[in-house]
Amino acid sequence: MALYSEKVMDHFRNPRNVGVIEDADGVGQVGNAKCGDIMKMYLKIEDDVVTDVKFETFGCGSAIASSSMATELIMGKPLSEVSKLTNKAVAEALDGLPAYKMHCSVLAEEAIQAALEDYYAKHPEKRPA
Amino acid sequence: MRIYADNAATTKMSRAAIDAMTVCLEEEYGNPSSLYTLGQRAKERLEQARGEIAAVIGAQPGEITITSGGSEADNQALRTGAALGRRAGKTHILSTAFEHHAILHTLKRLEEEGFTVTLLPVHEDGLVRVEELEAAIREDTCLVSVMYANNEIGTIQPIREIGAVCRKHGVLFHTDAVQAVGHVPIDVKAENIDLLSSSAHKFHGPKGIGFLYARKGVRPVPLIEGGAQEGGRRAGTENVAAAAAMAAALKETAGSMAETAPRLRALRDRLIAGLREIPHSALNGDAEKRLPGNVNFCFEGIEGESLLLLLDDRGICASSGSACTSGSLDPSHVLLAIGRVHDVAHGSLRLTLGEDATEEDVDYLIRNVKEVVEYLRGFSPIWRDLIQGKARFIL
Repeated sequence: MALYSEKVMDHFRNPRNVGVIEDADGVGQVGNAKCGDIMKMYLKIEDDVVTDVKFETFGCGSAIASSSMATELIMGKPLSEVSKLTNKAVAEALDGLPAYKMHCSVLAEEAIQAALEDYYAKHPEKRPA
Repeated sequence: MRIYADNAATTKMSRAAIDAMTVCLEEEYGNPSSLYTLGQRAKERLEQARGEIAAVIGAQPGEITITSGGSEADNQALRTGAALGRRAGKTHILSTAFEHHAILHTLKRLEEEGFTVTLLPVHEDGLVRVEELEAAIREDTCLVSVMYANNEIGTIQPIREIGAVCRKHGVLFHTDAVQAVGHVPIDVKAENIDLLSSSAHKFHGPKGIGFLYARKGVRPVPLIEGGAQEGGRRAGTENVAAAAAMAAALKETAGSMAETAPRLRALRDRLIAGLREIPHSALNGDAEKRLPGNVNFCFEGIEGESLLLLLDDRGICASSGSACTSGSLDPSHVLLAIGRVHDVAHGSLRLTLGEDATEEDVDYLIRNVKEVVEYLRGFSPIWRDLIQGKARFIL
């Protein structure tokens, strides 16, 4: 059996939404180089909807695939939905991750929540009550 | 195109080894302990193999114990040194920080059993300093264990000098030579080696077989009890087919070493020169005192597992010391021992060439490693910070 599912390998080999948004409305970075994983998410938000998302990741195959999948899951989604994104949803959308790689999906969730938090910090009036 | 560049992990069995094995499986299948002719013929095969193995490292046949591989030989060597030490009231063992886990984990166990262990540093060049080793020898030191060549960075230790120091102080000397046997010339007598471990699948023999050399007078304590095989040093019906294949492989690999080693060293140096062109990269371990086929680099700003997966897509089999490839959170203890920080150690790549490697292979490796490193750096937030001056380059 292969280490990763075909879906993981697809997102690893052809990551979606790779790059930087220079005028992003929210940016979140999580992880650290010491542990070998860093994810950075850039969000463009209009009318409480994610209109664009890009990521940069330093990490293993599942970290790159998790970032890529997470961006697909939130693209075009209202912030009310984005705020509910869980690592489980990322892992399931990838047809599963090996147990010792689940932390990669956690990082993806945290990176997106950090980017969202950054947006709310800049736009406190948008933060839901 | 497929390039197998992970010969330190394992090697392809040689035709000579497969043939030697097949004969034993098909025809000479007797139990060496049986007294009828078929059994005695198997016994002859086994003893012939033992003699051939001994000859390659300058030992006597009686000094070779056939084991299930390098890890067992390492375990048995340390247990032997420890048992002899305890009998003499000496319970200190000296080793190094970058040994294989077969050594480090056994040493941990021996510490639990009352031994004291000192692990020497190996410095940035991946080499043990003989004067530091000599200074660390104590009154109660019973055993020194230093690997012949490191399995990750390929650095070859000053074994002859260490052997001389150990002899001078009357301390037993073991070397884990799993990566060295068949690849560099070894003479256990001239190098004052008392115990040496080896594994067949590192020199084109089968997996699951290896040997322990123990100088006459140093009797290995058995790890497995239950029979008189191997002179009582290891119970269990002998794996004659694998032992014969190990001997055939070793004879061939060691026999052609004089021709293959210089050619491999040239290819290795070509590969090192090519990879050095990648900015912010560094060779791990001394450039000269290393195994003929070993290349190990760190590339800043990327992570090793993604590098390996993309190289695999391009037909390249390699390995890395990144945490993600080890299943733990820490990168390779070897890279940490030579002073590489975590951030950089995660981005390591080991390429170990086989005797059949060509210049074309090496150029393919260089081209593809360059492309993949550049691609991964292209969306690495660490790399962005480095090139934008927000973080400082380490390499």
